[in-house]
Amino acid sequence: MSIASIVFLLAFVAAAWWFTWNVKRIRRNILLGREEDRTDRPSERWALMTKVALGQSKMVVKPIAGMLHIVVYAGFVIINIEVLEIVIDGIFGTHRVLSFMGGFYNFLIGSFEILAVLTWLGCAIFLARRFVLRIKRFWMREMTAWPRTDAALILAFEILLMSAFLLMNAADHTLQGMGVEHYVMAGSFPASAYIAQLFHFSDLAPATLIGIERFSWWFHIIGILGFLNYLPYSKHFHILLAFPNVWYSKLAPKTEMSDMPRVTAEVKSMLDPSIPPPTPPVEPTNGMPPEHFGAKDVFDLTWKALMDAYTCTECGRCTSVCPANITGKLLSPRKVMMDTRDRLEEVGKVIDAKGKWEDDGKSLFSRITEEELWACTTCNACTQACPVNIDPVEIILDMRRFLVMEESKARPALNAMFTTIENNGAAWAFGPDQRMKWTE
Amino acid sequence: MDGVMNDPIKVPTMAEFAASGEVPEVLFWVGCMGSFDDRARKISKAFVRILSAAKVKFAVLGQEESCTGDPARRAGNEFLFNMQALQNVTVLNGYGIKRIVTACPHCFNTIKNEYPALGGEYEVMHHSQFINTLLKEGRITVDGGSFAGKRITFHDPCYLGRGNGEYEAPREVLLKLDAALVEMKRSKANGLCCGAGGAQMWKEAEPGNKEVNVERTEEAIATDATIIAAGCPFCNTMLNDGVKHFNKEGSVVVKDIAELIAEAGDL
Repeated sequence: MSIASIVFLLAFVAAAWWFTWNVKRIRRNILLGREEDRTDRPSERWALMTKVALGQSKMVVKPIAGMLHIVVYAGFVIINIEVLEIVIDGIFGTHRVLSFMGGFYNFLIGSFEILAVLTWLGCAIFLARRFVLRIKRFWMREMTAWPRTDAALILAFEILLMSAFLLMNAADHTLQGMGVEHYVMAGSFPASAYIAQLFHFSDLAPATLIGIERFSWWFHIIGILGFLNYLPYSKHFHILLAFPNVWYSKLAPKTEMSDMPRVTAEVKSMLDPSIPPPTPPVEPTNGMPPEHFGAKDVFDLTWKALMDAYTCTECGRCTSVCPANITGKLLSPRKVMMDTRDRLEEVGKVIDAKGKWEDDGKSLFSRITEEELWACTTCNACTQACPVNIDPVEIILDMRRFLVMEESKARPALNAMFTTIENNGAAWAFGPDQRMKWTE
Repeated sequence: MDGVMNDPIKVPTMAEFAASGEVPEVLFWVGCMGSFDDRARKISKAFVRILSAAKVKFAVLGQEESCTGDPARRAGNEFLFNMQALQNVTVLNGYGIKRIVTACPHCFNTIKNEYPALGGEYEVMHHSQFINTLLKEGRITVDGGSFAGKRITFHDPCYLGRGNGEYEAPREVLLKLDAALVEMKRSKANGLCCGAGGAQMWKEAEPGNKEVNVERTEEAIATDATIIAAGCPFCNTMLNDGVKHFNKEGSVVVKDIAELIAEAGDL
C-alpha cells in the first residue's frame, strides 16, 4: 500500500469516526426531550417525506429560490456518487476504477460535470442574494455574525468543492489526451474540456498537470470529509435531518393543540370527587430536572421540537410570513428555533463536561422573551411556510403554558380574561342568562 | 335589510327539544362572540334565517353553552381549558349530540379537533361548509340579487383554512352570489392572519410598528372589492376596525358569509 493510500485511509476513518461521534451527540441531545409518539400512519409519513423532503414541494413555493435549491441539492447529492469511486481509487491507488462501465460511465461523468457547473452557479447566485442583494430575511435581528458567516462558509465550501472537481477533470482530460501513463481514456467532460481550453492546459507540462490533478483530487476529497464534519456544527445539518424531520411531521390539523393528560386527569378529579386525583409524577433521581407544566427548558419540549431545532437551516421563510414579525413585533419564529437549538447545545455541553445534567441556572427563557411569546397569533403561517415542516408554534405555546401555569405570568389582560371565563363561562362579562339575548 | 336582521327570531333550545322527546338534525353552536358581540349577533341571526329557510331542524344549547376554552388554552391556561371543555363535553354527550355546526372557526377547531381526546366525538362543520351543502342539495336557493357583479374578496380565517384545510367551501358559497370573487395577494394557505388569534383578541398587541388587522385590511382594500367576506366573528371585528382605520366605511363593508347568503336570498 502506498503512502498516499495510507494517508487517505487514515483521513477517511478519522472523518467517519468524528462524524459518527457528533451524530451520536446530537441524537442524545434530541432525546433529552419529552416522549411523543410520531409513528402512527406510516404510509402517510412516507408519502409526505417523498413529496416534501425528497420532492422539495414546499421549496418551490418561492420559485426562484426553490429551483436554485433543487439544482444545488440534486447536484450535490448526485455528484457525491462520484465519491464512491474516489474512495476506492484513494484506498487502492487506482484511477477511475469504475471506467470499465464504458458508455454509462461517460454518461455519469458528463452528467456530474453539468450538475457541478449548475451547482457552482447556484451557490454563486445564493451568495449574491444574501450578500449583494441583501434579501431582507437574511439580515433580520437574529441573523447575527455567526449565522451569516455559517451561510457564507457553506456556499463558499460548495463552490470550492465544485471548482476542485471541475479542475481535476480538466487536468485529467488534458492528460488523457496527451496519453500520459495512468490516465486512461475514460469519462466525458462537457464542462471541464472547456475549462481546460480556457486556461490553456494543453500548453502545460504533464508534470504540472499531474500536480493540478492530484491537488484538486486531494482538495476535493479532503474537502468533502471536512464539510461532512462541519455539518454537525452548522445549520447545514438540515441536509440530513430534513428527511426524518418531515417523516415525523405533525399530521394532526395545524391548529390542534397537544393534550396534557395529567391536567385533564386533575381537572376530572376536581369536577367529580369520586375520581381520584392522578398520582404526582416521580421526581427524577438521575439529576434531570423535574417535569413541568409547559416548557421551561429543552427537557420540557418534545424530542420532535428538539429535532426541529437541529433541522432548521435558518432560511427565514417562517419569519417573513409571520404577521407579528411583519408588523414590527419582536417575535421571529426562526429565532425561536435558533434559540432552542443554541440552548440545547449549551445543555449538551454541560452534560459532556460533567457527565450528567447539572442545573446551570439558565433555561429557554434566558433566550426567548415573554414579549416574543405573547406576540404569536397561532396563525400557523410559519408552519405552512417551513419547507421541512418545523413547528415553532408548539414551542411558543408550550412556553406560554409554563409562564401561565407555573409562574402566573400571563399578560394582565389575559388574566382578566381567565377570570371572566371562570366566572361567566364566557370570555366577556355576560352571564349564561344572557346567552339567548341575541335572538331578541 | 338591517331592519329585518334585527327582528327577533325563534331559536329552539336543546332543553326544549329534549322535553318534547325530539332530536334536532344539527346543533348550532353559537359561540361567545355570536351570543354577546353586537356585530357577531347579526351573523348568528343571519345563519338562523338560513337554517329556517332550509327547514333545518336545529337547536342551540342556550344557557347551557359555555366558552369552548380556546382562548384560555392558547393563552397557556390548560386547567381552565379542561374545565370548560369537560363541562361542555358532558352537556353535549348528555343530549346525545352527533352533529354540530358553528359560525366560529375557533369553536369549530376546538370541538372538532380537541374535544375527542376528552371524550367528545362529533361531526363538526363550519357554517360555510353547512351552507354550501344546503345550496348543493337545493334546500336553499339564492341568486346574486343586490350582490350580482360586485367585487368580493374572501379573507381566509386561519383556524378554518391553514388550520383545517378548508379553503373551498366559503368560496363555493360566495360564487353563488354572481359576484366577482377577487383574491388578495396573500390568500388560502398563504393568507395573512387578522391579528386576533392565539388569544390576541383579549390583549393589547405587543409593541410593533403596525397593527396586524391594518396590514390585512390594507391588502383587502387594495383588491378594490366593495365587500370583504369573512367567515369568523373575530376576523370580522378586526377587519371592521381596519376599514374604520382607513375611513372606508362608506365604500367597503365587512360581511360574514351567512349574512351575504341571507341577504341575497332575502331569507
